[in-house]
Amino acid sequence: MIRRPMSDNPPSSPDFTGTGLACRRGERLVFAGLDFAVPASGALVLVGPNGSGKSSLLRVMAGLTPPEAGRLAWDGVALKEDPQAHRARLHFIGHSDALKPVLSAAEMLGFWAGMRGGGDVAAALARFGLSAAAPFPCRYLSAGQRRRLALARLVASPAPLWLLDEPTTGLDTEATAQLMAAIAAHRRDGGCVVLSTHAPLDLPGAASLSLADFRPRRGLAA
Amino acid sequence: MFRFANPNRFMNWSGKLLPWCAAATAILLIVGTYLALFVAPPDYQQGEAVRIMYVHVPAAWMASFVYGVMAASSAVALIWRHPVADIAAQQSAPLGAGFTLLCLVSGSLWGEPMWGTWWVWDARLTSVLVLFFLYLGYIALVNAFDEPTRGARAGAILALVGVVNLPIIKFSVDWWNTLHQPASVFRIGAPTIAASMLWPLLIMAVGFTLFYVTLLLVRMRSALMAAKLRALRLQEFQAA
Amino acid sequence: MSAFRLLIARDLRLAMRQGGDAAMVVAFFILTVVLFPFGVGPEPELLQRIAAGIIWVTALLAALLSLEKLFQTDYEDGSLEALSLLPLPLEFQVLAKCVAHWLVTGLPLTLVAPLLALLLHLDPAGYGALMLGMALGTPILSLLGAVGAALTLGARRGGVLLSLLVLPLYIPVLIFGVAAIEASIGGFGARPHLLILTALLVLASGLVPFAAAAALRQALE
Repeated sequence: MIRRPMSDNPPSSPDFTGTGLACRRGERLVFAGLDFAVPASGALVLVGPNGSGKSSLLRVMAGLTPPEAGRLAWDGVALKEDPQAHRARLHFIGHSDALKPVLSAAEMLGFWAGMRGGGDVAAALARFGLSAAAPFPCRYLSAGQRRRLALARLVASPAPLWLLDEPTTGLDTEATAQLMAAIAAHRRDGGCVVLSTHAPLDLPGAASLSLADFRPRRGLAA
Repeated sequence: MFRFANPNRFMNWSGKLLPWCAAATAILLIVGTYLALFVAPPDYQQGEAVRIMYVHVPAAWMASFVYGVMAASSAVALIWRHPVADIAAQQSAPLGAGFTLLCLVSGSLWGEPMWGTWWVWDARLTSVLVLFFLYLGYIALVNAFDEPTRGARAGAILALVGVVNLPIIKFSVDWWNTLHQPASVFRIGAPTIAASMLWPLLIMAVGFTLFYVTLLLVRMRSALMAAKLRALRLQEFQAA
Repeated sequence: MSAFRLLIARDLRLAMRQGGDAAMVVAFFILTVVLFPFGVGPEPELLQRIAAGIIWVTALLAALLSLEKLFQTDYEDGSLEALSLLPLPLEFQVLAKCVAHWLVTGLPLTLVAPLLALLLHLDPAGYGALMLGMALGTPILSLLGAVGAALTLGARRGGVLLSLLVLPLYIPVLIFGVAAIEASIGGFGARPHLLILTALLVLASGLVPFAAAAALRQALE
């Protein structure tokens, strides 16, 4: 992929940007006219009431849902031009843990890391306190352990962009701290993270985006 | 937003076109039926039974024509995400299935005096039967989702898969038929058909096509209005 | 290991651990074929004449039986969403899953078919065409079925709907599969029919991944 220099973008241009985004779920327009920018090492926290479109925005950012309008770009290059490159640089952790009851925790994480070209599975399990659970099938894991195993995918194989949909749901304080440490390390390495949350999180220097501000005005939907 | 800009234009021109279409359909079908029943000569072999042809053959043409329309609109809907194309494909399906059923029933009614049996595994009839199942599958799929837009997208993909498969199915059914029985097929549309029979047939065919266009416009208009109604409900919900 | 082979290996491992899927399909295949002599009578001449048709029709149904699960569990537990965000294009993933599905269902069906031919007194001249035809035809069943399975994800009554969508598409495979056997019994040689099946397989492997991947994407939207 050729990185086209954008004349109107200064060199310190943000890494991941969206402009004029609108999203439709089914027949419902969820948000419209939304702009965001996440610089390298940056963090963006999505807040807003239920149904305001936090998950939808994360899905648009991941490329799962094509935006109804607007443009997403990475370093100024539109994502549309190379969706495969975008998939290679992102981790998306949604509400479901994507675990198979019959595979062991190590096998499961090994698979997801392997599909991205491999990574240090043992270290990733250790980061989230799952070393002891590694040889056991996922069906033995508790809900919190399953969540941690899903999050361990983040550190098992590196990717510069993390998209996390309410990652702390079901995590105890210790696991939340492990996640925050992982995010901090990721940002130190220049990675960026976008996450939605209902609980206040300890993310130094994070920007916040309130989805409630982009509710489509009446009459827009029709 | 822009999603309903086009539908509005469609509602405008379709509203103006509709009465003309309906009138032309009525005239053509009445004239065609009169010619087919009273003017066209009986066949020297088949006698009066040949008059079933004036329904059967146009129905068979419409059966494949409508599937073609469905596939074309589905392609437009998938590539350009055009909402009117989506609705055209969806609303065509029950009409196409209706024509296909009419073709099967009239073929069966024609077969009884001709072959002495209600059903013959003739290549042409068998292909139409398979086409009928393709229509049924499409209709079932479109209506199988709680989210109407989801059904529309899935249906569009299925219509394209079907249109790629139709020639293959047709080819294999023809092959199968020549393997198993010598052709006992009635020859229609052969170049030897007399002008006195061809004219009523052509008029009926154009009448059937306009009948389809008229019904399609009515169905599309009501589907668009239903979508608008849902959008209003949704606004009401979002405002609450 | 490449991502493509890793995905096949995962699906095979899941099939092995969860067990039973392949065994169920084969058991259904055998049981259904065994029903026919009860239905039409045990006269060897009659069974011999309809053996090819029975085996192929039953194979279609058996393959269909296992299709519903092809993407369903991955869809429900979120794996499909995660898979669709991997660098490996979804088209290749569909192909990988079809390969795994064929290894777990189509291959066992092909291997069991001669045994059933024996039960139905199939003319010995037809065995080669039966095996070759099944080996070429069952992958097509997996591929076409993948489109149906992807389209019906999240639908009400997915299983019944799936058969309504997929069975009409299976007709060509059935026709040429049976014709190959009958041609070789009749002494004409099964070559043209097997070549057509090969052409259908090539066509399906080329087109199905795109259709199924498009269907999966819209299911995940």
